[in-house]
Amino acid sequence: MRLNELPPHEAALIRVIDWTALKAGEARRMRELGFDEGVRVETLHRGPVGMDPIACRVGRMTIALRRKTAAAVSVEPFPMAAE
Amino acid sequence: MNSTPLVALVGNPNAGKSALFNALTGARQKVGNYPGVTVERKSGRMALPDGRPIELVDLPGTYSLDPASPDEQVTRDVVVGRQEGEKLPSALVVVLDATNLDNHLRFALQLIALGLPVVIALNMMDMARRDGLTIDVDALSKALGVPVVETVAVRRLGMDELKTALATVVGDGTRTVRAGAPPEHDIVTLQRRARAIAVAATREESLARAWTHRLDAVALHPVSGPIVLAVILFVMFQAVFAWSEAPIGWIEAGFVAAQDAVGAVLPTGILRSLLVDGVIAGVGSVLVFLPQILILFLFILLLEASGYMVRAAFLMDRLMAGVGLSGRAFIPLLSSFACAIPGIMATRTIDDPKDRLTTILIAPLMTCSARLPVYAVIIGAFIPARDVGLGVGLQGLVLFGLYVTGIVSAMIAAFVIRRTIAKGESAGFMMEMPRYQMPVIRDVAIGLMQRAWIFLHRAGTLILLATVLLWALLSFPQSPTGRDQVRYSAAGRIASGLETIVRPIGFNHEIALAIIPAMAAREVAVSALATVYAIEGGDEVQTERSLVGRLRGRWSLPTALAFLMWFVFAPQCLSTIAVIRRETNGWKWPLFSLAYLFGLAYLAAGFTFWAATALGL
Repeated sequence: MRLNELPPHEAALIRVIDWTALKAGEARRMRELGFDEGVRVETLHRGPVGMDPIACRVGRMTIALRRKTAAAVSVEPFPMAAE
Repeated sequence: MNSTPLVALVGNPNAGKSALFNALTGARQKVGNYPGVTVERKSGRMALPDGRPIELVDLPGTYSLDPASPDEQVTRDVVVGRQEGEKLPSALVVVLDATNLDNHLRFALQLIALGLPVVIALNMMDMARRDGLTIDVDALSKALGVPVVETVAVRRLGMDELKTALATVVGDGTRTVRAGAPPEHDIVTLQRRARAIAVAATREESLARAWTHRLDAVALHPVSGPIVLAVILFVMFQAVFAWSEAPIGWIEAGFVAAQDAVGAVLPTGILRSLLVDGVIAGVGSVLVFLPQILILFLFILLLEASGYMVRAAFLMDRLMAGVGLSGRAFIPLLSSFACAIPGIMATRTIDDPKDRLTTILIAPLMTCSARLPVYAVIIGAFIPARDVGLGVGLQGLVLFGLYVTGIVSAMIAAFVIRRTIAKGESAGFMMEMPRYQMPVIRDVAIGLMQRAWIFLHRAGTLILLATVLLWALLSFPQSPTGRDQVRYSAAGRIASGLETIVRPIGFNHEIALAIIPAMAAREVAVSALATVYAIEGGDEVQTERSLVGRLRGRWSLPTALAFLMWFVFAPQCLSTIAVIRRETNGWKWPLFSLAYLFGLAYLAAGFTFWAATALGL
């Protein structure tokens, strides 16, 4: 599943990020904001028009990003035992 | 005074850096610019516990030493000693948000690696406790190898401890510190190290941020979110009118009293005319708007300090994307409601050059506070103060309409610009959403005072000069008795030439006169009209001393409406042109925006005049 398809309030883990699908500046900003493989993510809010952009909790921060950007992030269900 | 050690305050955006800066320096701040770039340099003085003075400089917030914008570049250059006009700091105070440790620590690691003495201010400790976090400060300090001090900047807690820690690392100024180039580090590697340190030092983690979650459930809700935003903006613009009524009355009364006092002391003549008709009428008519400008800035400062501004950007992003911009452009554009200059300067946070250029070009269409005096006078004179129901005043509604006209035009302009001169794929939108915070009265007050000072300074210099110059051009040459002084004067003759161009759009001779000096600063249009009518009225008109009363008898409604529309679009102040030139590094874009805005203004005023006349208004 990709991050843009993740239903709200469902915890997930970042499996892999397709950095090549992102522009250089965008990829750098994502790394700075804590996007990384193995990090917990959760979609909290979606924008009023076309459910875009989305606000995701990444680690302890809340990050707003567009669905198109979020599509570069592959996620897998959060392991329940660890929650 | 160059021997005073320089200490730089560095940190991620939203770490509470500005609050810490205010808490450490108080109101003893200097706001300037770095040479060659338009990045604001904020510095202030503080004393260490042993009495040694320190110059503290507040560097722009950034996420890493790999700059994406001119602001971030300055931060990088200062901490490596490469910034022109700034010596290498003797020490760094790195501000971290304790609730966001894993992310903010990465930047701290990067900064520590530079080799300068570092003290960590572990800020927002109260929030961290509320979130259920316990941070082992000693363990953190050991892992990082630098002193770590707990602070709550907004409540000025931990300031003494921070100063004490700083005193131990700053040294006596004889030790020469050298920093090399920033060590090359892969962000991901650093991030993982940071996370490991944060996890080791943090205990009892429970997911919280309850308040932010509860507020965001409403503020970012797809239905209630936009409603809340619309209500906030509407209240803001209503308040600008409603709250300012009383203080405006006091200021007006003060200037009338001053005119009377001067009139009673001085004999009729040139000097009396200069003071009463020129200086007091001109400057007074602009100063009257200080309350409204402060109310507008108060709202913008509160929205910024509370963390709501980023939510607004989130809500607006999709709409902005429709015209090829991003939600990020919303913040500079909203600031432009106060003044286009800080707005245009705030575009520096936009990484994408085409996004940035588009935002710069449309920022002057946002109704800046300098236009408020013009709107307020015309609305006050021609729009009845009626209640249209639900406590909404007609005057406020018209004002709201003018703001909306500016916004809609800006969006159309952006749409066109993005498809013609700044063609290209839209850049993305990515922003950290900080937690909500109760704005600190002190910090807001400092911000308001700085804005008030800038406005008063302009009124005392630029506007005073323009007013006196205009008074002179209006008073000389003296007309023979029986001839109209305004038309006979030098200014009147210049305006007569311009009048032939603006007559088709409903402008009269006085307006032609007022829009020339309005190029210096928009609000001068008001003082210019005040001076024109004061000189024309002479001393005998005692009943209609206010400009509002004078306009009412002289302008038709279509002319007034056309004048309002003119100001929605055109005359930019020269300072805006200057800042566009600086930000775009050349004359091409300032000249372009001058031409396109004047063109729009002429057409908009014209269509308004023709339509209003046709409707028989």
